[in-house]
Amino acid sequence: MNTREALDQIVPLLGDELVIHTTGFICRDSCAAADRPGNFYMIGSMGLAPSIGLGLAMSRPQRRIVVFDGDGALLMAMGTLAMVARENPKNFYHLVFDNEAYASTGHQPTHSRHVDLDKIALASGYAHVLRADKPEQLKAGFLNLVSKPGPGFLLIKCINRSPQPGARIVHEPSMITRRVREAVGT
Amino acid sequence: MGTGTASQDFARNVLATLEAEGFNFFTGVADSLVGPLIARLSDGPNPRYVPAVREDTAVGLAAGAYLAGRWPCVLMQNSGVGYSLNALTSLNLIYEIPTLLIIGYRGYQGKDAPEHIVMGRSCEALLKEIGVPVQIPDADQLLETIADASRWMKEHRTPAAIFIRPGVLNSEHA
Repeated sequence: MNTREALDQIVPLLGDELVIHTTGFICRDSCAAADRPGNFYMIGSMGLAPSIGLGLAMSRPQRRIVVFDGDGALLMAMGTLAMVARENPKNFYHLVFDNEAYASTGHQPTHSRHVDLDKIALASGYAHVLRADKPEQLKAGFLNLVSKPGPGFLLIKCINRSPQPGARIVHEPSMITRRVREAVGT
Repeated sequence: MGTGTASQDFARNVLATLEAEGFNFFTGVADSLVGPLIARLSDGPNPRYVPAVREDTAVGLAAGAYLAGRWPCVLMQNSGVGYSLNALTSLNLIYEIPTLLIIGYRGYQGKDAPEHIVMGRSCEALLKEIGVPVQIPDADQLLETIADASRWMKEHRTPAAIFIRPGVLNSEHA
């Protein structure tokens, strides 16, 4: 499964979750699957999606927060895993679409080929850590994860080959902020 | 609370002013010059300070809190300005996410350890260049400066920075 196919499985399972997207094709493919008002599309600041998700989760403990992260982005700010585990938010679910590549910049390899990111999440202290290596494990894995208190982590191993990515995000960044704040009920 | 030093009392006043201005989410990375404020925020059974691993992740945490309706404040040393630049330029400034940055001013006027000298002479210009206003108040101007920065953030929906020179919050530091 590639990242697009993984997102096409996950997105229809979402309810009123607020979803923080890392920058790159993950934003674009998720927006193509469904442009939800609770989607925060991060078009820059690579590495900060779980930080933004944590700040949101701590401030809105009654809402479920999902982070769509990538392997390159997670490797960029891996200390964030320790920060999440320390704050221990019950409503925080961290999905990593791991295609072992910086897909958006031309599929250059990342180091996740040599590093099991799920083991790092577990060692950091996440409450539940799962992985899906095959497409048929994905839906059950996600539903299992969000049925338990967080912080949860789901590693989704993807192949480094995607069809044409979804279109670029058309919303102005300031509009994305306003839309998500409305979805939060701010 | 008991009897504290003058610097503890002042930090308590600063925190009271921050709270009066509506600031209700505090994160950052440790620094000696803003240390008294971090200590006050970490006091008691319900500490309000979220320790971040690096300054840009603190800026990210604050952004998430703002999405949830909080009014965020990030504490850091000016060495973290470098780490924060990408977050400020590609997140806060274009997404209109305001955050108050309270920054320990190491290397002020070239008097500090070698690792602080270059950032000490550049940090004001770096922030001004990207469009983050900078204030460097004396102790007796700090409370008013916080109110001004909060007003600026509401008006522009972008970050504002207050630099804390040695002695302003922490008289023990030379």
